[in-house]
Amino acid sequence: MVSLNPIRILKNEAEEEKAEVARMSSFIGAIAIGDLVKSTLGPKGMDKILVSCGRNSGQVEVTNDGATILKSIGVDNPAAKILVDMSKVQDEEVGDGTTSVTVLAAELLREAEKLIEQKLHPQTIIAGWRIASDAAKQALAEASFDHQKNLNEASLRVDLENIARTTLSSKILSNHKEHFTKLAVDAVLRLKGSGNLKAIQIIKISGGLLEESFLDEGFLLNKKVGVHQPKKVENANILIANTPMDTDKIKVFGSTIKVDSMAKIAELEVAEKEKMKDKVNKILAHKCNVFINRQLIYNYPEQLFADAGVMAIEHADFEGIERLGLVTGGEIVSTFDSPDKVKLGHCKLIEEVLIGDESLIRFSGVALGSACTIVIRGATQQVIDEAERSLHDALCVLAATVKEPKVICGGGAGEMLMAEAASRAGARTAGKEAAAAEAFAVALRRLPSAVADNAGYDSADLIARLRAHHSRGENTMGLDMQNGTVGDMKKLGVTESYVVKRQVLLSAAEAAEMILRVDNILKAAPRRRGPDRRPC
Amino acid sequence: MALFPGSVAFDEYGRPFIILRDQDRQKRLTGTDAIKSHIQAARQIASTLRTSLGPRGLDKLMVSSDGDVTVTNDGATILKMMDVEHQIGKLLVQLAQSQDDEIGDGTTGVVVLAGALLEQASNLLDKGIHPIRIADGYEMAAALALTHLDSVSEAFPVNKNTRENLIKVAMTTLGSKVVVKCHRLMAEIAVDAVLAVADLETRDVNFELIKVEGKVGGRMEDSVLVRGVVVDKTMSHPQMPKVLRNVKLAILTCPFEPPKPKTKHKLQVGSADEYRELRQYEHDKFIEMVRKVKDAGATLAICQWGFDDEANHLLLAEGLPAVRWVGGPEMELIAIATGGRIVPRFEELTPEKLGSCGLVRELTFGTSKEEMLVIEECSNSRAVTVLVRGGNRMIVEEAKRSVHDALCIVRSLVQDSRVVYGGGAAEASCSLAVSAAAEKLSSLDQYAFRAFGDALEAIPLALAENSGLSPIDALSEVKARQVAENNPYLGIDCMSKGSNDMKAMNVIESLHSKKQQIALATQLVKMILKIDDVRSPADSIE
Repeated sequence: MVSLNPIRILKNEAEEEKAEVARMSSFIGAIAIGDLVKSTLGPKGMDKILVSCGRNSGQVEVTNDGATILKSIGVDNPAAKILVDMSKVQDEEVGDGTTSVTVLAAELLREAEKLIEQKLHPQTIIAGWRIASDAAKQALAEASFDHQKNLNEASLRVDLENIARTTLSSKILSNHKEHFTKLAVDAVLRLKGSGNLKAIQIIKISGGLLEESFLDEGFLLNKKVGVHQPKKVENANILIANTPMDTDKIKVFGSTIKVDSMAKIAELEVAEKEKMKDKVNKILAHKCNVFINRQLIYNYPEQLFADAGVMAIEHADFEGIERLGLVTGGEIVSTFDSPDKVKLGHCKLIEEVLIGDESLIRFSGVALGSACTIVIRGATQQVIDEAERSLHDALCVLAATVKEPKVICGGGAGEMLMAEAASRAGARTAGKEAAAAEAFAVALRRLPSAVADNAGYDSADLIARLRAHHSRGENTMGLDMQNGTVGDMKKLGVTESYVVKRQVLLSAAEAAEMILRVDNILKAAPRRRGPDRRPC
Repeated sequence: MALFPGSVAFDEYGRPFIILRDQDRQKRLTGTDAIKSHIQAARQIASTLRTSLGPRGLDKLMVSSDGDVTVTNDGATILKMMDVEHQIGKLLVQLAQSQDDEIGDGTTGVVVLAGALLEQASNLLDKGIHPIRIADGYEMAAALALTHLDSVSEAFPVNKNTRENLIKVAMTTLGSKVVVKCHRLMAEIAVDAVLAVADLETRDVNFELIKVEGKVGGRMEDSVLVRGVVVDKTMSHPQMPKVLRNVKLAILTCPFEPPKPKTKHKLQVGSADEYRELRQYEHDKFIEMVRKVKDAGATLAICQWGFDDEANHLLLAEGLPAVRWVGGPEMELIAIATGGRIVPRFEELTPEKLGSCGLVRELTFGTSKEEMLVIEECSNSRAVTVLVRGGNRMIVEEAKRSVHDALCIVRSLVQDSRVVYGGGAAEASCSLAVSAAAEKLSSLDQYAFRAFGDALEAIPLALAENSGLSPIDALSEVKARQVAENNPYLGIDCMSKGSNDMKAMNVIESLHSKKQQIALATQLVKMILKIDDVRSPADSIE
């Protein structure tokens, strides 16, 4: 008796997709993700509205940033998940190019799908891609240029401004790009090459116009001064602390207080108060006139500080404290026994300022001028949030460029250049890999083509003209999206960071390769849980 | 319908005897049916893995029950993450696992081989050969194959001068993985890591000393071998120095916190004086702790526990950088690498117990300011860390697994330096030897021998198939040439390089790994063949 029942190997709800089905499912997933963000690409790209559901349901977010969009849509397709993860990493690593990397990976897979239909082995396609991506990488490196040789402030500034303008032109800030370009470049130049973005603080205050956003030379802290304390201090000596100023508990484990009369409680209370007073006195012994604490300051010590005429600011967040330490050159202090050893922070003037209807504390004339604050104003919360994201992208790119001052031409010139190199490498290759290398070039050309499409121009015509220019070796030619023609990007000053472009190329190739290598998808039975309410 | 032993029996009135409780509600398979169903299950699993074999094998995408995505090529990982329910499937999962634990590589091969052996057994069962006879025949054939492997193996000297050769071996292992993009680099990292920790005298490699860390971001080309320890932590205070030279490390497992006796106790404060006393005590305690560390001559404190804010600042004020919340395994690694002792109490800290190293620095990654601490130029340079980078999380995970495989294969060469040639050459050669021996046997075992020989061909066949060659053509050509030229080093030309000589192409596998594959697969198949009755509770849904 041979049983005809199928033998089930996997658990009840587990699934297995094999060969062509598996490949199709990953291609469809990846291409869908690519198409989703494709329309945000380029200076005339459109934004997306993300409506959240669940806990903060109904909240609206308007964005153009690929990583933000992909982060917020809950994808289920495993291949799509790989792309989302890749774009997240791109965001963390270089900050910009999150849309480009996703679109490029998706386009690569779209081309791969055609090749698979022609019965090309995935490994052969991968081999071809490797040839193409190596060639593209090299071409990109050769075409990059920098001003290292005659590095002076002015030329570096011009470079950075160009890059910032290019990055910002695809964002909501594009109408105010001159203004924000200046903001971003000023902020990054203040870092003096350290590239430490932590030192740049972004404060968002709604109300006002985007143009009213400004860069503050000093440092703004979104906190209030304690009552009855001076609101304005000149030549401030700042003590930055991280210490409990509520009730300074005894930390020895398991100590309890047991007394037998009310009088003793009163005594203890006095002792506690005394302890706090001692602490305040010790702090005052540092001869500071401003005291900033990360933790709460209770009324009693606050009053003591007020009596001593010291400005005390409580509950600054941890990053704020670190930044303050950085800006004023002070040390973050937790014990107060040796006043002579502690380095105090200094600044010329501390005052309360009113921006919109929020009062902030401004530290100006700081000793180490490396930090600064950018205040973003805007009509609605969404606009401000998006402006912050755009500015963040621009700052990331600028910081990366300061570290590695290589730039390449933007406006699709980089992609066309790489495509040209890839297709030349393909032509030199004998064997089936050549087709894959050519496909790589086609995928690269899709990026500028998407940019032109989004702007409503005839992409086929523009790309063909661009290609002709590039094959003649004029590798600075790119798309001029203002006039809808091709133009010399170097003259137009449209430049992009080399580091970002390289990362886009490599990440996209890596992820696409990974997805293409898959020939079998095994899904475990989903864990039982309540209904999924995440956005989808 | 034949009556199976132990199934329902009837008395003279036609009423069933109930022998086993709930027998009507249990699923049951007996005799040939059971074996056939097992064989089919095993074949299904093997066929899933088959496409991953070899340098042109493809990957599997696994989605866990929580929706996490893993892309892998490693047989053991695939099986582990596959939601297998079938009992034989579970056996195969364990088979791959034991190959992974013992050798670390060849996990796909062993499952494919077991599947092929069972497939051949199924044909023999159809001929009416008793499963035990098949199992015994397989056993003898496996023994013959193992001795044959010994005879075709070659010595492969491992010492500091053969780094180049070892790299070639590592490259063979990595050939089937996603890291082929920086093939050579990864192979070098693996070989250097093993050589750094290997004790060539006793032929021992302590894997505890090699840590494989992954960090998402950057390019795969940025992966490095750090001759020291990498800890995913930062200095406890943001204003402590980021780079230290000629460091003396105090490795502590006691927190910089007020003392906390382990016995239950109650501390009562009865009066204001006592309160003040306690306050003073607490204050002095912190100063004392820091002083003790400082006095021992330490310039960096590595602590397994947390710091109190006060202690943290005291450390900064004393110019004593410190790291907190370092995990247990890392503590041990640091202790080994720097030659220090792990000190459980401040009182026991003495200068001799301090570790020393040349350089401690912080590495920063990306825009989100992730930092890692690297301890380098240690006095005992044997502890190493492989830091893998990659464009997304899945690729880093897969690269880590691949590096681990490469490490394992290099280690097995250090342990037993004999090698056989890959690309299916060893299997084809064994297959020939076993088939030849079959003719000389007079008993029924010759069928099992022949089947074993055929099963061994499964690996070169799968290799050829995955490479897009015509499998039968390629294999028969290799076999014919092996016999004609008496050259057991001929295998499948997977990469279309135009040569079948695996020795010349440096496609090397360790003898130990290959022997283990054959032995483990045979053992499992024997076990499966011996099962003739399966009882399992019926599906819960029914």
